[in-house]
Parts: sequence; C-alpha cells; structure tokens
Amino acid sequence: MTLKILNPGLSTSIQDLGRPGYFHLGIPMGGAMDRFALRAANLLVGNPEDAACLEAVFMGPHIEFQSAATVAVTGADLPIKVDDEPREPWTSFEVNAGQVLSFGFLASGARAYIAVSGGITTPEALGSRSTYPIGALGGVNGRPIQTSDELPTGGSSGPGAGRSVPRELRRMPGNPAELRVLPGLYWHRLTEESGAGFFDDEWKVAPEADRMGYRFKGGKPLKFVEREQPFGAGADPSNIVDGCYSYGSIQVPGGTEPIVLHRDAVSGGGYFTLGAIISADMDLIGQLQPHTAVRFVRVDMQEALAARSHRRNMLQRIREELH
Amino acid sequence: MKTRYTFGGDEHVYVEIDDEMSLDAFFKSLSMSNAVRAANIDGVTEICPANASFQVRFNPDIIAPDDMMARLKGFEKEAAKAEKRLTTRIIEIPVYYQDPWTHETLMRFRERHQDPDGTDLEYAARINGYSSVEDFITAHHSQPWFVSMVGFVAGLPFLYQLVERDRQLQVPKYLRPRTDTPKLTVGYGGCFSCIYSVRGAGGYQMFGITPMPIYDPEKRVSYLKDFMVFFKPGDIVKWKPIDRAEYDAIIAAVAEGTYMPRIAEVEFDLDEFNADMRGTNAKMLEALNDA
Repeated sequence: MTLKILNPGLSTSIQDLGRPGYFHLGIPMGGAMDRFALRAANLLVGNPEDAACLEAVFMGPHIEFQSAATVAVTGADLPIKVDDEPREPWTSFEVNAGQVLSFGFLASGARAYIAVSGGITTPEALGSRSTYPIGALGGVNGRPIQTSDELPTGGSSGPGAGRSVPRELRRMPGNPAELRVLPGLYWHRLTEESGAGFFDDEWKVAPEADRMGYRFKGGKPLKFVEREQPFGAGADPSNIVDGCYSYGSIQVPGGTEPIVLHRDAVSGGGYFTLGAIISADMDLIGQLQPHTAVRFVRVDMQEALAARSHRRNMLQRIREELH
Repeated sequence: MKTRYTFGGDEHVYVEIDDEMSLDAFFKSLSMSNAVRAANIDGVTEICPANASFQVRFNPDIIAPDDMMARLKGFEKEAAKAEKRLTTRIIEIPVYYQDPWTHETLMRFRERHQDPDGTDLEYAARINGYSSVEDFITAHHSQPWFVSMVGFVAGLPFLYQLVERDRQLQVPKYLRPRTDTPKLTVGYGGCFSCIYSVRGAGGYQMFGITPMPIYDPEKRVSYLKDFMVFFKPGDIVKWKPIDRAEYDAIIAAVAEGTYMPRIAEVEFDLDEFNADMRGTNAKMLEALNDA
C-alpha cells in the first residue's frame, strides 16, 4: 500500500518518536515535536505508538490513497476532508482506495499529525524514520515529502472509523501559552532583577520557529552578572566555553531573544542557557504559531515532575479509552 | 577547577567541570562521562562529553533527578585521579586556505562581521598580532589540534590547539550568525577551530575548506563505510595546507572511493604534553609522517 503525495503542503515530514542515542555526535533525537499528538494519532488507528506519521506544519498535504486504510489526524486544527467530505479531528475515519485526503486552512495550533493504519514504512536511519534534513537522515532520502512521492505503509486496514479521543484529553496550549521553565544550567549568569523580568514579561513567538528551535521576542533584554570572561568562552557576556545543550534549554544570544531548542536541537554551542522548558511542556511548543503570546512560568523540580506525571496519566487515559 | 552540577529541565544533568577551557578539564570530563557509560545506569539515555563539561540525559520516571545527580557526583573523585592518557590517532586533514567558496560566503555576510572591509583571515591575523595572513595561517597549521568535542550538528568536531595558552589563537564569533556556511568549511570561534560537517548556519570565522568529507549518512565514502561520523573526542588533527590543484585531486579521489586520510596511532599523555609540548607534538607528527 502506498500514499501518493499530490501536494506536500508547506513543510510536511515523516516523524516517529525519534532516534535517541546519538546526541553526543551532534545527531539529535528528532521525532514529532508534539509527541503526545503523535502517540494519540497512532493509538486511534491501532498502530504501535511509535509508528511513523506525517507531521504537517501550518498547511496540510493532499494525499491519494491506493488502498483502504484507517486514518486519524490530531494536533493542530486543520479542517480535514476526504474527497471534500469533512471529517472530525482526533477521531479515526476510513479512506478508501482512490480517495484523496486533504485539508482546509489552519484554525489553531501549528502541527497536525496524520496517522495511517500500518504506519509509514520508509527505511529507518539510526533506528528511526524521523526526518532530519540537516543531517540528511530518515524521511524520504533525508528530506521532507514532495509532490509525487509514494510513501509505503504497513498496509493494514486498521480498526475502522469512529474511535475518538475525548475532548478533555486533547492537549493543546492556551492563549497566552504558558510554558513552564526550570531555572538552572547558567541561570547564575543573570542578575536577579533580569531573571525575574524574564518571567514577568510577555513574549511572542518570532517567525524563526522550527524543529531546531523556537525564538521569542518582545521581552526586556537580559542583564548579566559582570565578570571577566573565562578563557575560551568568547568576549560577549552571553558566551560560555562551548558545552552541551539540553533539549528544551533556553539560550539568549546577546541577551535579547530567547531560543528554546526543540527536537532537532543543535547538540552544543557557546551561548549561556538560563534553564529549560520542562519535559511535559515540550509538546505544546510544537503547536505555537508565530506571534502567539507566551509567558514563561517558573517551576521547581517537584512541579516539573508532577506535570510530567499528569501528562503521562492523560496518555494512559487515552490508551484505556481506545483499548 | 570547580565542578558545578545543575539540572537542564527534568531530563538532563549538566556537569560543568570548569568554566574555562583547558585539557585538564577536558580529560576530567571525558573520564567522568566514560565512568557513567561503564556504570550502565538504568534510565540514562544520552551521555554527551564536551570541551570542559558533559551532560547526561535520563528518564526521570526510571531514576529520580536527585538520585541521578548523586550518582554522577559519585564519579568525580575517581575521575580526578584517573590517568590523563589516551591511545588515540593523529589524522592529517588537508585544508585549502583562502578558497573561493568560503570567500564568496564571507563577502555575502560582510555586514554581520566585526570588520566589514576585510576578510575573516585578515581580521583574525590582525587581532592576534600577526603581521600577515600567511603567518597567521602558519600558526594555525604548524602545531596539531585536539578534538575536545563532537557536536553542534552531525559529526562536527571542535578542536583545541596543542600549544601554550598564550600562543593560542582567539577570535570572536560573527556579530550575528550567518544563515549559510559551505559544507566542510574550516572555521574558528573563541579558542576553537571546527569543521562544518554539513552546509548550514554558523557563527565561526571562515578560514578555508577541506576536500575530505567527515559525515556521510549514506556511508559511501570509503573511510566512512562503518560509521557515518568520522571524528570522536580525543582524536588529534594536523592541518595540511593544500592548493587548488591538490584540492581538486582529493575531491576526485574521494568520488572514486580511493581517498584514504593519513592516520597514525599515537599515545597522548597530558602530563608528558604539559612538561614538553613541542617535543610531544614533534613525536606525534613523526608518527604521522611515517604512516
């Protein structure tokens, strides 16, 4: 069974849960930016949760199905159509051979996850089908999908239509979006006043927001504790001796525009980081459009772990619901 | 050296061995990250050594963050005592300095540079007190380099020159990063040289280009058939200046699958190096010349 791409959308790539284990070589884990939505989409169509799906950014693709399959679309609200008939999001539906799946204009969110029963079965690279274009790994020959690509799938017809994730379990960011931050890493480089200001200010997602990182604008420039720069760090007060970056870490080159590193993160570099977005909120970043208002909310480790377990429980409820 | 432990969110512990760069800090970071790997701790998913720090990524559902940090602290004493000694390899990397491709790129991004009227090499030579670009290039390639980190993007090595601190070359990064850097550019930022393994954004000054691929996801390049990434921390590099003709010849040899970099196995002992830098380097270069 293959999916014929009639139109790829704006930037649609194959993603699964990624390829951990190579970050020490500069190869990031990659995988769905909204892992919660990808898992839910796979559960809806009866796939293993780590099966490869399509991640569509802002605009959906047009796909011709060559045989029948169960399909589900989660994440961003991109109106779903099968041969121009609307379908419900976060709910499984059937697509027959010869039918075309397409999408309307984005209503909310940023990334939709399209799961097809059997999963997409392009070749794995380092244990994952996730597309990492910078390193030319995964996807279709290391790139996002293009018109007239034919994507192989596992071919099962799946559990059929009508399976649905209850509304209260469809996890999406609010407006303004709240992203919880655990201060740490090089937090001590900031003056106390500047650190507090980072959390008081309202920020907006900048246009430079992609799988590698999300940039934010609009808050006050950060001020650094004065020091003589250590040998090898570079002259700017925001510079450090190049070190590893954490997923979700927040760097602020020159103290002006924070950048949150995401699934395709660079693995290291020479900018100070003030802490990291907690693991539970990484999915939410993947659903932020440029210009969305954002507040960073300071939490401690206990709160971070409570949020993590809350997210895990929501997933568990979806699993039980769709069992 | 004052080692600092901190969390990067709820999934990472970051260990800064020292806030300044030194080979002592590198060796301690490498020993500690090796000890973590050998301990095979349940829940650890990534172990990433860097220049003077390292990071461990873990699953807090399997090991609690405080326990993870305590385990890491437990390795510190042992690592401080560990031998600062490596069996490694020295590799000759051909570099075409002042090549047309990085030149075209650096001219394109001139408004992002500290010195819009010169080239990156002219600027670097001047601020490091060299009277000519040629002398600066000689300082860059005459003594070997130590790979103290692999990362940023796929397989990119950070290199630290094996010379006295007061002889090390230092340059700032671009004022604003470029959105483009040719693949295999030899770059420079802070006290580190690097090779851009893939084309993309970058903030390091651009000095030249190597014809020798160091990352090949398709594993077609003869010496990258076993693994797609060439470098690992602890590798030692000697730059070899080449001209256009040699550059073209190596490009052709790589395409034919006949190019093999010159490599020799060497021992690197930090105490021995600190006692006699030039002598230690000369011995390694001799091994390379015999290879």
